[in-house]
Amino acid sequence: MPAEPPLLQVTDLDVRYGRTTALAGAALTVHRGETVGVIGETGSGKSTLARAVVGLVAPAAGTVTIAGEEVTAFSRRQWRAFRRRGVAQYVFQDPLRSLDPHLPVGASIAEPLLLQGRSRADADAAVRAVLTRVHLTADLADRYPAELSGGQRQRVAVARALVTDPQLVVLDEPVSALDAANRVRVLEVLTELREAGTALVFISHDLGSVAGISDRVTVLHRGAVVETAPTRAIVTAPQHPYTRLLVGSAPTLTTGAVDRETRAELRRQLLTVG
Amino acid sequence: MTGPVLSVDDLHISDPRSGTELVRGVSFDVPAGGALGIVGESGSGKTLTCRTALGILPAPLRVTRGTVTLLGEDTAGLTERGWRELRGREIGAVFQDPGAFLNPSLRIGSQVAEVLRVGKRLGRRAAKAEALRLLDAVHLRDPERVYRQYPHELSGGMLQRVVIAAAIALDPQVLIADEATTALDVTVQAEILDLLADLQERTGLALVVVSHDLAVVAQLCTEVVVLRRGEVVERGATDAVLHAPQHPYTRLLVDEHNRYGLDRYLAPELEHAG
Repeated sequence: MPAEPPLLQVTDLDVRYGRTTALAGAALTVHRGETVGVIGETGSGKSTLARAVVGLVAPAAGTVTIAGEEVTAFSRRQWRAFRRRGVAQYVFQDPLRSLDPHLPVGASIAEPLLLQGRSRADADAAVRAVLTRVHLTADLADRYPAELSGGQRQRVAVARALVTDPQLVVLDEPVSALDAANRVRVLEVLTELREAGTALVFISHDLGSVAGISDRVTVLHRGAVVETAPTRAIVTAPQHPYTRLLVGSAPTLTTGAVDRETRAELRRQLLTVG
Repeated sequence: MTGPVLSVDDLHISDPRSGTELVRGVSFDVPAGGALGIVGESGSGKTLTCRTALGILPAPLRVTRGTVTLLGEDTAGLTERGWRELRGREIGAVFQDPGAFLNPSLRIGSQVAEVLRVGKRLGRRAAKAEALRLLDAVHLRDPERVYRQYPHELSGGMLQRVVIAAAIALDPQVLIADEATTALDVTVQAEILDLLADLQERTGLALVVVSHDLAVVAQLCTEVVVLRRGEVVERGATDAVLHAPQHPYTRLLVDEHNRYGLDRYLAPELEHAG
């Protein structure tokens, strides 16, 4: 099989806000059909990385390439055209951000297709199909966001992202605000998406919430990538002290993987290493 | 003493405006020096139950049946003044938002010292010495510095430590931690959970750990109660509940960790295909 270029390639990315460096030399690679978790806590730069991939912040240095196009070199007009094609889509923690409260959710989902110039009938059929994909009934299309539960709204946001049949979906904390039953429903939908070959970037502060569906994990700490490895390796044999602390801090049902003394020692190491 | 430090028996809480029962027949015991976990989501009644145990059930909600016994004493007849005598001395609590418990315009030290001056009738100098000892006991790295700082100068994890220091200042026998780590980064959450375990071991403080996350509770508690819509749906030794959950809701919580969380890699014998 010939080596295929990655679907998303972030190289040597620096982002600064004024004199503060939010991201230094960040790298991220996502191959077609791959699910990559990007894990980081407050101040890690994970949201900045997401914003840079979406084109919401301009990097000071480095490149972002999506499906062979260097988006960091795009003009505003090129960005608009790129977004309209729907190659890459984004789902945020709060689905209310991507859903217009004044529109029935079906109209919100159909919007990206209508912008592409597809017919109303065509768009309506696509809306029904994509609602089924996220395990919602087609009649939900006529309801307003306020009439839906948080879990239904998040699945509607995923449906809106999927309607353009993207190759890449970037999800920023997509399950953090949900209760257990809805978290599991959204994770089931994302697992099916992954099995259907869509590449996913799963951004979260909590390794525990994304470990189960990520092929690989990239760990960010204080604006830098400290480790990238297959998920099993990250969980069972983390290398960097911060990754070891992160894995050892994630609440699990199995106790004793990392004990209190080891965590205390790792914290001391990270303080001195800086 | 040999009996439970906190005992809740057949607690019912109603909202007289709607006539609905929000908590129905909740019972549990917290043994001296023990750790009980209460798992439930918003609307499960976990916070109302805790508030009743602290004598701060918001009006017009009222206890319509059942008893809350603190250190062997039925709390039913307590006046507000009687509750003030107990709170802090016999039972303390920390909640999700530590900022809400601290006055933003006063230095940290004076707020912790105030608890000691009022509660233990300590003089200025003795209260300061004891406050510094407490700030050190909750593993704040530079107690002298924190003593002089204002709340806005501290991180969320540091503020939660300060609130814990104030909550244990009058040597209560039970501490309720109600979603006390929910808003924190995962590594900071682990620091706070480690601190609570440490306090339990060193001082014999009994813990009631309340969380929506079964895994958080599993880290600290030997016994667990699962609440759903105002009722106990499952209870037992934590190990037994984790390995053989009976109620569908508990099974969902366990299943989520085993399928999507770190447990998938840490406990391969629990891994199921699909």
